[in-house]
Amino acid sequence: MSTVQIDNRGPREIEDFVGLKTIDARGMACPGPLMNLIGAIRQGQVGQVFEVLSSDEGSRTDIPAWVAKAKHDLIEVIEDQGYAHFIVRKAR
Amino acid sequence: MAAEVLILGGGVGGTIVANLVAKQSSGKAHVTVVDATGIHVYQPGFLYVAVGQERPAALQRPETSLLRDDVSLVVERAVRVDPVTRKVLLESGRTLGYDHLLLATGSRTVMDEVPGANDAHTFYTMDGAARLFEALEAFDGGSIVIGVAGIPYKCPPAPVEFVFLLDDYLRARGIRDKSEIKLLSPLNRAFTIEATSKLVQPILAERGIELTGFFNVESVDPVVGTVSSLEGETVAYDLLVLVPPHRGQKVIEDSGLGDERGWVPVDKNTLKHTQFEQVWAIGDTTNIPISKSGSVAHYEASVVAAEIIAAVRGEAAPAHVYDGKVMCFLETGRGEATTIRFDYDHPPVSPSPARRWHWAKALFNKTYWHTVPQGRLP
Repeated sequence: MSTVQIDNRGPREIEDFVGLKTIDARGMACPGPLMNLIGAIRQGQVGQVFEVLSSDEGSRTDIPAWVAKAKHDLIEVIEDQGYAHFIVRKAR
Repeated sequence: MAAEVLILGGGVGGTIVANLVAKQSSGKAHVTVVDATGIHVYQPGFLYVAVGQERPAALQRPETSLLRDDVSLVVERAVRVDPVTRKVLLESGRTLGYDHLLLATGSRTVMDEVPGANDAHTFYTMDGAARLFEALEAFDGGSIVIGVAGIPYKCPPAPVEFVFLLDDYLRARGIRDKSEIKLLSPLNRAFTIEATSKLVQPILAERGIELTGFFNVESVDPVVGTVSSLEGETVAYDLLVLVPPHRGQKVIEDSGLGDERGWVPVDKNTLKHTQFEQVWAIGDTTNIPISKSGSVAHYEASVVAAEIIAAVRGEAAPAHVYDGKVMCFLETGRGEATTIRFDYDHPPVSPSPARRWHWAKALFNKTYWHTVPQGRLP
C-alpha cells in the first residue's frame, strides 16, 4: 500500500485498471463508503479493481481495516482535493 | 380537469403523501394509490412479534381506513411503468395514466440470494417474525447467532435491538445461562453509527452478548449448522437469525427505473427522479445514502407532497427540501431505550438509555395509526 499526493499523475491513470468500477461515495457519511465497497466486492469478480471516492474521515481507517480483514488488496490511497481515492483489488 | 397523481405503494411514505396531496391541492389533483395487498403493515412491530411482545394482527389495518375518502385505492400489483408515455401497467392488464407519479414501493427481502439460508430465521417479515417466536419458544439452550446478509437493510438498529430483547426473553425463561447470543456485525462495531456503537457496546458486553465485527454473511451450511462470511470466517449456530439481503421491488427493476439493485436514483434533497420528469420516489425505494426506515419516509413525505402540489399548480418547486432528517429509537433491553437523531449536516447523537425512551417508542407504536399516515405529525 502506498499513499501518494496527486501532482503530475491524475486520477485518470487509475482507469488503466481492467474492469475498474468506481464508487463515488463523496458526501456520504461513514460508513456509507465502506458499505458500498463491501456491496460492490460482493457482486464483483476476483481480480477486479474498485475505486472508492470518499470525503469521510472515517473511511481512512475503516476501509483499510476491512480490506485487511477480508484479505483483499489495498493498492493505493490517493489524496485529492477534499477527498481520497481508495484503490482496492478483490483478491479472492 | 384535476391532475392525476398516481402513487405506487401504500406504505408509510405513499399513504402520507396521498393524504397530504389530496387535502392540500384544493381539488386540483385526483390521487390514486396502487397497492398490491391493500393492507397497511406497521413493520417496526415485527421485532416485538419475534419475542412474543406483540400480535401480528395488531400490526396491520386496511389501507382504506388510513386514506382520506377522496383518495382512490386500487388493490393490485403494478408490473410496469412507462415514464415516457406516463402509464402504469397493472397485473390484470389494466393501464393507469398519470400526470405525476410517486414511487413508494419500498424494498423487498431476498433470502434466497444467500446460499443455504432459505430456512434461516428472520424478523424482517411478519411470517418470519411469527415463525421465529415459535422457534424461540421451543428453544431450550444453545447458541443463537444473529447476522446481516446484505447492505443496505431496513431499520439499521433492529439487529442490535433484537439481541437486547432476546437477552431479556431468555432471562425471563430462565435459560440465559444455557444460551449464547452472538451478534455478527458487517462493520467493526455494533452499529453503523459510531457514536451509537460507543453507547451500546458496553451494554452488549455487560449482558454477555458476544460481538464479532466485519462479518458480512455470505453463505449458510444448514446441515452442519454454520454461517460463513465474505471475510472468510465461519461461526457455528443452533438457531440462526439473519437480516436478509434487500433490493427494490420488481416493478422498478423491470421498468428500468432503478440501479442494479432496484433502488431509484433521486436527488437527495428534492426526491425527484434523476432521469424522468414528474417522477418522485420516497423511503426505502430510493438510492439515497440514508437509513431505510419509516422515519425517513415520514420526514420525506411533506417535502414530496409539497413538490407534487407545486407541480400540480404549475408553480415553482418549494424552497423547503429534505435535509436528511432521521429520528428513531433503539431498544437496549430491560425496559430502556435510546434515540438516534441526525441529518445530512449534523452527526448522530444518542442520549444515555432510559425508561422514558422505551415508553416514548411504545407510545409512538400505539398511536401511529392515528397520527402518521394522516400527516398529522410533522
